[in-house]
Amino acid sequence: MNPTTPSLVQQVIQKRWLGKAFILLLTLLAAWRIVTALLENPTLFLQQVVNGLQLGFVYALIALGYTMVYGIVRLINFAHGDVFMVGAFVSYYSITRFQLHTWLARLAPGLPEGVVLVIGALTVMAVSMAACAILAIVIERVAYKPLRNAPRISALITAIGVSFFLEYFAALQFVFSPNFITYKRPIQVVTWAISPNGITTLGGGNAPPEGSILFSNIALIIILTSIALMLGLQFIVKQTRIGKAMRTVAYDKQTARLMGINADAIISITFAIGAALAGAAGMLYAIAFPQIFFWMGIIPGLKAFVAAVLGGIGSIPGAFIGALIMGQAEVLSAAYISTPLRDAIAFSILIIVLLVRPTGIFGEPEREKA
Amino acid sequence: MNKMSKSTLWFLGGSLLVYVVLQTLVSTGLLNSFWNTIIRLGGVMVIVSIGLNLIYGINGQFSLGQWGFYAIGAYAAADVTYRWSVNKSADGLVVLMLATTLSAIAILWLHKRLSKVRGLDSLSAFTIYLTATVLLSALSVQIGMALTPVITSLLTALPAAIAMQIVYLLAVLFSAVLAAEISYLFGLPILALGSDYFGIATLGFTIIVKILLDNSDSLLGFVEMKGARGMVGIPKLTSLFWVFIFIVAVVIVTRNLLRSSYGRAILSVREDEIAAKAMGIDIAEYKVIAFVLGSFFAGLAGGLYAHINGFLHPDTFNFIKSFDPMIVIVFGGLGSITGTVFASFAWALVLEGVLRLFLPEGFETWRFVVYPLLLLIIMLLRPKGILGDFEIPFLRQVLPQPRKKEQNTPAEANA
Amino acid sequence: MSKRLFSIVALLVIASMALSACGAPAAGGGDTIKIAVLAPLSGPVPTFGVSTRDGALLAIEEWNAKGGVLGKQIEAVVEDSQCTADPAVNAANKVIDQDKVHYIVGEVCSKASIPVSEIAEQKGVVQISPTSTNPSVTINPDGSTKGYIFRACFIDPFQGLVMAKFALGQGKTTAFIMFDQGNDYVLGLAEAFEEAFVAGGGTVVGKESYTAQDTDFSAILTKVADSQAEVLFLPDYYNIVNLVAAQAKERGVTAAIMGGDGWDSSDLDLAAAEGGFFSNHYSAEDTRAVVQDWVKRYEAKYGAKPDALATLAYDATNLLIAAIEKAGKDDPAAVKDALAALQYEAVSGTITFDAQHNPIKSAVVMQVKDGKVVFAESIAP
Repeated sequence: MNPTTPSLVQQVIQKRWLGKAFILLLTLLAAWRIVTALLENPTLFLQQVVNGLQLGFVYALIALGYTMVYGIVRLINFAHGDVFMVGAFVSYYSITRFQLHTWLARLAPGLPEGVVLVIGALTVMAVSMAACAILAIVIERVAYKPLRNAPRISALITAIGVSFFLEYFAALQFVFSPNFITYKRPIQVVTWAISPNGITTLGGGNAPPEGSILFSNIALIIILTSIALMLGLQFIVKQTRIGKAMRTVAYDKQTARLMGINADAIISITFAIGAALAGAAGMLYAIAFPQIFFWMGIIPGLKAFVAAVLGGIGSIPGAFIGALIMGQAEVLSAAYISTPLRDAIAFSILIIVLLVRPTGIFGEPEREKA
Repeated sequence: MNKMSKSTLWFLGGSLLVYVVLQTLVSTGLLNSFWNTIIRLGGVMVIVSIGLNLIYGINGQFSLGQWGFYAIGAYAAADVTYRWSVNKSADGLVVLMLATTLSAIAILWLHKRLSKVRGLDSLSAFTIYLTATVLLSALSVQIGMALTPVITSLLTALPAAIAMQIVYLLAVLFSAVLAAEISYLFGLPILALGSDYFGIATLGFTIIVKILLDNSDSLLGFVEMKGARGMVGIPKLTSLFWVFIFIVAVVIVTRNLLRSSYGRAILSVREDEIAAKAMGIDIAEYKVIAFVLGSFFAGLAGGLYAHINGFLHPDTFNFIKSFDPMIVIVFGGLGSITGTVFASFAWALVLEGVLRLFLPEGFETWRFVVYPLLLLIIMLLRPKGILGDFEIPFLRQVLPQPRKKEQNTPAEANA
Repeated sequence: MSKRLFSIVALLVIASMALSACGAPAAGGGDTIKIAVLAPLSGPVPTFGVSTRDGALLAIEEWNAKGGVLGKQIEAVVEDSQCTADPAVNAANKVIDQDKVHYIVGEVCSKASIPVSEIAEQKGVVQISPTSTNPSVTINPDGSTKGYIFRACFIDPFQGLVMAKFALGQGKTTAFIMFDQGNDYVLGLAEAFEEAFVAGGGTVVGKESYTAQDTDFSAILTKVADSQAEVLFLPDYYNIVNLVAAQAKERGVTAAIMGGDGWDSSDLDLAAAEGGFFSNHYSAEDTRAVVQDWVKRYEAKYGAKPDALATLAYDATNLLIAAIEKAGKDDPAAVKDALAALQYEAVSGTITFDAQHNPIKSAVVMQVKDGKVVFAESIAP
């Protein structure tokens, strides 16, 4: 607006420098805090990054289900977090009531313990995945299907209703009870202290050796499982006939019907797969943070959803990357910027990313006014 | 208009009648404070929801930020009246009025200038506005502190009760202006996002506001807000009368807006953005107008809410509750003002009143099992809301006759 | 359809209003004494609400079995108050206006108890909160005491002081404090501990906050481990303690974890909290008959050990009924005076009230040792 140098002003406007400068300023501020922290104590910083990584993979597990359902049905499935909760409870009861994690030992007593545990844990996970898938199909049939041709918001409101219902129904004394329940891990935690001098196992209550980074078997399991599930999901969606049908339904439901695809069945399957992922996530989450209660799905669900949006909702690798970013954002801002503001910072990052890339990092440009 | 139309008279007469009946029932004690409080809370919900209906139902912007603006209005107004009634100082009022007025002038002035600059992106505009308002707010704190003794003595010269009411009204109004200004700043870059992304960004806003309020005493420096301990000592000034006055005012403003060319433009954005653009409507502009006005209503409702219980806690502004107004407007029928008014009261009366009274002993834990079931059943039976797009005559939209074919079908059906 | 729905809702509302109008005269002057129990049966912490309700109902049942109070049976009116201001206010208004209750036990959370206390004070209804620690519950903004409002729990400063004294007595000089930024109980304890600990010559090497919804504490615990503090002060409820303690072990934290009465629960994860200390009102090993009886009866009725919330609700209800008996009439004004002057042998100690209606009772420090909670030290007020 300075009349003497019009070209400069025009340039500033055209290249969007003011806005960019503003975002750059914020980014630099955060980066400066993190870099000074890194220089001050590199081991501590690395440890925090590892912490963030573990949290990020936990979010990734939940985010995968969100992003998948959204990608196909365009519904923000608020009940996803509560299906996740049900998954955690189902695995809890199969462990405590039915000892499902040791079934192989009862069948064939001679087997080595490791094999029994791995197969047992996988069985428990399969059971909670199946239970969640069935639950999701029921929810879809009862609450979402009748509204498929109603305004999209109606389904969103029923999703909120389903979410409330699952929570408070689960909280009834004779269902899951309103108590905080300590989760019985099917596997014992082993923490490794990794330092340049080698790897040691951390005993109960001992301080780790100086300059080492802690990493647990739980974190390893979570990271491996979520990578496996992501690859599996990617395979289903991209390589199989069902996946093809899903993508077709996502693109255009009417046309998909004309092509002989049973859109209702495909949508049910989508919900079932998404919920199965939530069931697996519920179990792994409970193993990582061993406490379950009826409300536990809300906050992880919200954060995972944000992660999915951050990565570009509908995109499977996007959900993954978004979740890793969320994990780092939370842990690093808690560690180096401000603990009270850690969620605020995580959400600010979301907003800033959306300003720069309006459909998330991996999101495709919006096709229609949804 | 010299002569009011029949429907206007019906509307005004009807609301007056409802108010008189309720007030008589309250004054005679037939309607005890249990119902009185629920009705007032329902009334506050009416205002929040009409605001949201304007943003979502009428303009089509899926916003979950309404609750954040509600929180801003509530805390700002409460802080002003708290400073007046407890500290006996008008500093909060003076600073708030100065800051909001100066910022409003600056925003309007900048808006006029900046709209002439072609190709300015919203983020850069946001940066300019933000810098200006932050500087002006800092300035108004300085000026305000200097002016405070004069204003305080002026107000104390009045009878205490009247001064209190004046402070209260100004606090509520200017807190709403504050909420509107913040929504302008925030909405400027955000409104360009697509619908679901906009929803998530606004949800993020609500959560950030709540976190800031949790730390209002330590991070924001408002010791009297007491952060997560909850703010006590706010005078309880919101009577049935004020709730009714503001509801009627909000309904009339919304109705007149909707009947103006602005209103039709706002509607057209929801119906079809591309077509609206082709008709020469500045989409961004009208999105901002709807968003700012809706947030103004949210701030207004917040100010009223703060003075009902005289107690504020950040948990009231939790994001889970931010779905409440969304539920209400979908219940009432998107875009329907009558439906929103009806649904807000029904929501408050059923959830807090009827369910409390009719659930048998020992089933108190079932209240929130029954509520979502009701929600589901109504949604499945009436996916377009209880009243659909019904409006009382006073609120009916007058559209140019020949094109009336497709009015009020939400655009995203079958998306 | 819409009209039918409309009329159903309208009918329900009118019916309930009419019911309330007719119900009112019948309720007054009946042959029972009504006590309202406001508990957060829904919302984020229904487990606290259920404990509170169970504790209070057991106390009422016991009095009724003994013949009630003033020759009348006691009737409990339970309402869900959600640990949130608005529903709590509605619940309070409902029990006061609809059910004509003169006495309220509740709410659990300070953020709900404060607005309820203002209504109770204004309408002359005696309220005793079992567990709300925020000073504003019993004190007006101008510093005067609310005449009708009492509490049965410690207020924060005392427990913080006890634990600071104890930690210093154990020869610990550095502490790391973790607190929930949204929970005034935790905040108050953390502040009181910090003040007393620093005054006693200790150093606070770090302070970090979290929120009640957090489950991942790795960032903070890594900092704790790095600070090499000797004490990790974590004055939260057992659910958070379980999570933090379990993760602390995995993060190589060697500090002794200490906390307050919120730890007291049968659901405390003893394996994770091994080696921790917390202050409490009483020790379950306490040989006093009243403690033993309470634990036995609660277990017989509900099949679980009582936690701190159940105990305090039981005490609060007993205090209230004892005061009604002492006052000799069903009149809140007399009962509040009786309560203020009462000395009562409660489960959580012999209770008298100070000028601000906070109970005066001694505290014990408990230790989690070999998978059991054992008595460690008794500290007088």
